[in-house]
Amino acid sequence: MKVGLFITCLVDLVRPNIGFAALKLLEDAGCEVIVPASQTCCGQPGYNSGARDIAKTLAKKVLAEFKDCDYVVAPSGSCSGQMKLHVVEDLFKGEPEEAEFRALAAKWYELSDFLVNVLKSEKLAGKFKGTVTYHDSCAGLRELGIKTQPRALLETSGCTLNEMQDAEKCCGFGGTFSIKLGEISTRMAENKCVNIGVAGADAVVGGDLGCLLNIEGRLRRNGDMKTKVYHFAEVVAGMTE
Amino acid sequence: MQVQSMHFKQTASTKLNDAVLQKALKKSKSKFVDGRALGVAEVDNWEDIRTYAAALRDRVIDNLDAYLIEFERNAIRRGAQVHWAETAEEANAIVLGIAQKNAVKTITKSKSMVTEEIALNGTLIGAGIRVMETDLGEYILQLADEAPSHIVAPAVHKSKEQVAELFMNAHHKPRLTDIPSMTREAREQLRSHFLGADMGISGANFIVAETGTTLTVTNEGNADLVTTLPRIHCVVTGIEKVIPTMEDFATLIRLLPRSAIGQSIVNYLTLTTGVKAPDESDGPEQMHIVLVDAGRTKLVGSDMKDMLRCIRCGACMNHCPVYQNVGGHAYGWVYPGPMGSVLTPTYVGIENAGDLPNAATFCGECQVVCPVKIPLPDLMRKWRERQFDMKLRPFGERAAISLWGFFVQRPRLYALATRIGARVASMMGGEQKLIHSLPGIDGWTQGRDMPAPAGETFRELYAAKSAAKQVAR
Ligand code: SF4
Repeated sequence: MKVGLFITCLVDLVRPNIGFAALKLLEDAGCEVIVPASQTCCGQPGYNSGARDIAKTLAKKVLAEFKDCDYVVAPSGSCSGQMKLHVVEDLFKGEPEEAEFRALAAKWYELSDFLVNVLKSEKLAGKFKGTVTYHDSCAGLRELGIKTQPRALLETSGCTLNEMQDAEKCCGFGGTFSIKLGEISTRMAENKCVNIGVAGADAVVGGDLGCLLNIEGRLRRNGDMKTKVYHFAEVVAGMTE
Repeated sequence: MQVQSMHFKQTASTKLNDAVLQKALKKSKSKFVDGRALGVAEVDNWEDIRTYAAALRDRVIDNLDAYLIEFERNAIRRGAQVHWAETAEEANAIVLGIAQKNAVKTITKSKSMVTEEIALNGTLIGAGIRVMETDLGEYILQLADEAPSHIVAPAVHKSKEQVAELFMNAHHKPRLTDIPSMTREAREQLRSHFLGADMGISGANFIVAETGTTLTVTNEGNADLVTTLPRIHCVVTGIEKVIPTMEDFATLIRLLPRSAIGQSIVNYLTLTTGVKAPDESDGPEQMHIVLVDAGRTKLVGSDMKDMLRCIRCGACMNHCPVYQNVGGHAYGWVYPGPMGSVLTPTYVGIENAGDLPNAATFCGECQVVCPVKIPLPDLMRKWRERQFDMKLRPFGERAAISLWGFFVQRPRLYALATRIGARVASMMGGEQKLIHSLPGIDGWTQGRDMPAPAGETFRELYAAKSAAKQVAR
């Protein structure tokens, strides 16, 4: 089974460890993983800034890079939503490329969804023994229905889940929103941090690096150097160090 | 109402630090959000009703002319007079004309967002007519000389103490401390106005084509009094409020109060059809219905047409994390929250709407709760596209997108740029691996640290690893 691993622009630049964790999880499950060297970004930052043409160009680039894979997997609900939903339902709707993008969308999976529902992974390398609280990132949750999958993986790999209040509430990241309307974004992150604090877990875990950077940034600014912030892939692959 | 939307960012900043407002927003959030969840849970085929209602509203919008003409015909048949207003100015002139022709001195009003949109009160008061708002929230705001901050609960931003203060000063009575006695005092104040008014102005939640009926839902019953006691009743409503049949109303009313505040039904459904008949004991002698366009027909057939499905329930703002933190006034015009971020640019011009289309994280909650399935994030994104194409966003932002766009399409250059970027930013992070301030993204670093990059990009590390594997083989 040839699985293309989509590395998000943030993972590439800021936290490569998440990419290697995803790679390990897929390889451990016996997938033949290919990582196209030319990939850069799914185009969502442009799409959501109104730069439709750039978004379309990038979507085509992604299509060319992954078209020959049996599956494509991304450690992000947000980029997956872009490729599974927005590209077909909006950007290329009614255009000649629509069918090809639909085919790509059909084999495109968010990582936790792929591990749970396609690979049905049961043996995971993770050995994180503490308590974790899970933040549901918006795009994964509302566009793709990612809710139980990462939690199942975390529990299989031995974590204890302490759910926070309003786990489904937006953390305030929203891509460029976090910079353009930073003050509102910060308040939303603060609300999230309060709920994380109340849940009292050793680590807050999520499935999108953007949200995780936002949450970690606010926790640290508040002086909380203790609460760890991980992508679920790092936890379930046993790569938190 | 004067448009202040271009100041969204500054106003929002003030609102984030307004302790009274923050308390009010927290309180209303649990009422609206938890209330809706309970209300929706009562209905086992909620999603089916949403789908049906969205299709129904689409059918209306696609045949708007036909339904409006049917409505007009049936309203006239029952003795009402129907007026068509293409602009806000025209609508105001029509209502003022009716008032002046009939020597109207006092007017009672029930809640109507369209009259806020066209700034009707200003016109009437300017002509020397006394206008009394009779919805409790609107009454409070009239005393405070403020605009509504929410389409369903207009005074939701005010605290009990602020209202007590307003009442004490306006009513010249001792200060009250509990809500029931404040409500009672307001009722007492309003009673004489209800009885003495020459004309009543109401909005409409729906107007029914097959019967010529206008419909208002309230919890206070004030619309009953406004529409039946004065000798003239004037309905001011947007043209998109038309629905084909009473049965359709029965469908939509299952969605509206539940979405708004979780109520399965409202306290009062006020249905008005025509003037007082010879054998009837009450009702107005004249009924006027002003059908307001004010930008709506521009949406028909456009890529924003989904917005015309809106039934003004307020659920999108109640669930919006941005609204929940800044309140309605920050949006700077009549309609707040996600629906406002779509409607304001439509009605006042994208060049006057400032940051509104960007005042969203696209978390998607609004779309999930909207009873008529309006894809609000998609519509906001369309406004962003227009802003981008019209170069309405700040230069720095446009330059950043173009620069980013240049690199992401060129993998080799991109690899080089990120290789350098990752190293520089990693060094900036120091021992703690946190960047405390970074010019260009100070919107972020003012309130948050930026976790520093690891130092090498995934692509470099992966290439190195693959090369090592090759060698090993
Ligand atoms: S857009 Fe939808 S949720 Fe918002 S007010 Fe209109 S009907 Fe209600």
